[in-house]
Amino acid sequence: MALTTKHLLGIKDLTTEDIQLILSTATQFKEVLQRPVKKVPTLRDITIVNLFYENSTRTRISFELAEKRLSADVVNFTVSNSSAAKGETLLDTVNNILSMKVDMVVMRHSASGAPHYLAKHIDAAIINAGDGINEHPTQALLDAFSMKEKLGKLQGLKVAIIGDIMHSRVALSNIYLLKKMGAEVMVSGPPTLIPTYLKEAMGIQIEYNIDKALAWCDVANVLRIQLERQNQPLFSSLREYNLAYGITQNRLQKLTKEIVIMHPGPINRGVELDSDVADSPHSIILDQVENGVAVRMACLYLLTGRTQPTT
Amino acid sequence: MTLISEQQLPSIIKRLAHQILETYPGLQNAVIVGLQPRGVYLSDRIVAALQKEISADQVVYGKLDITFYRDDIRHQLHLATQTDLPFSIEGKTVILIDDVLFTGRTIRAALDALLSFGRPSKVSLCVLVDRKPSRELPIQPDFTGKEMVDESPYKVKVRWHENDGVDDVILQVVS
Repeated sequence: MALTTKHLLGIKDLTTEDIQLILSTATQFKEVLQRPVKKVPTLRDITIVNLFYENSTRTRISFELAEKRLSADVVNFTVSNSSAAKGETLLDTVNNILSMKVDMVVMRHSASGAPHYLAKHIDAAIINAGDGINEHPTQALLDAFSMKEKLGKLQGLKVAIIGDIMHSRVALSNIYLLKKMGAEVMVSGPPTLIPTYLKEAMGIQIEYNIDKALAWCDVANVLRIQLERQNQPLFSSLREYNLAYGITQNRLQKLTKEIVIMHPGPINRGVELDSDVADSPHSIILDQVENGVAVRMACLYLLTGRTQPTT
Repeated sequence: MTLISEQQLPSIIKRLAHQILETYPGLQNAVIVGLQPRGVYLSDRIVAALQKEISADQVVYGKLDITFYRDDIRHQLHLATQTDLPFSIEGKTVILIDDVLFTGRTIRAALDALLSFGRPSKVSLCVLVDRKPSRELPIQPDFTGKEMVDESPYKVKVRWHENDGVDDVILQVVS
């Protein structure tokens, strides 16, 4: 059994079996990360380049750690100190890197579809670490892994994705994944930040009242307000956003049940999520970060197995 | 073709357990580690036999998956199974158990994997079938159920009740 895909470009392309395989392999890697020696020699002689055209702290460190725990050779490329700043095209940059015998490319880019474009032109396996407002598959996988770890299942789980849905690749990847795995998905937030096609095209429930969304869900995945992607104001002020849509202790106390709070980070504390909620026992935000390394190790491992056909 | 029959297998398992106890009386400072996935069927049975001889709490037993330590990832993808070593192996004698010793590459990987859990004072190896002429690495068992002396064109198939409804070892034509 192996993945049905050579690249990990988005959850959209994965089968439910692919997702299950990644999650179960991640369980084994999580055990590896509890060992006295956390490094395994699995990807010896595999060279991976981390190609980050957009800022990232968590994802880049998480990928780099996953690669190093697997003993891969790692090359880091960030746009600020590269030839891309001199005007080299994406394809030229990657072809130049690949001619140095690289097996895999982990890529983040501000343009949606950039990794899909590359996948058509180069031989190396590509992992999408976030492309524009399209997908961020490893984030959705680690979110699913964390939900499953905390609540035991995905099937039938009620998940509310809250906040800036329109600019969020995390939201889209999560929606694809949760639907494939049989969870119920609702999106909630200000009408200006929720594209209505989610309901029309994908049958996702939309709830503009945050309190109703919280009362409905088992898990609230709270997204970051992405101020850097908003060219025009879509809500009046951060303070007003917090009052109307922020997850506060007050709101959670009104619920009749405990819900799990998630956030992909980085948190705007006091905007979409209050500090006392983010740091409360309901929050599994730091578990998400920890699980991220194991999930990425699983993705790297399963895709490497396909870099060379059986001879 | 039968290599070890259903009647012979329980005696062999009992003998292996006795040989282990003869070498490591009371399993003092020794732990048993079965190799996932197929070595565990054998180690489960050897552990059960050991527990009939000495008290159950003297038998320290874990399971090790070696998938991430293999040397053939570019050729073939293997899926990992659960590793469960809830004890320290630092300074202990580790008795590795696997069903068939063939090329020796699995044991090579297992030795590597063990070192991630600490530094054992000694590692010893117990196998049900030793295909000696097929060895590709300088690795030998300390406890052997059955040794195959001649090169064999057949595949050694160990069948266990849990999977195949019968406990025995047969030789199969390689398809």
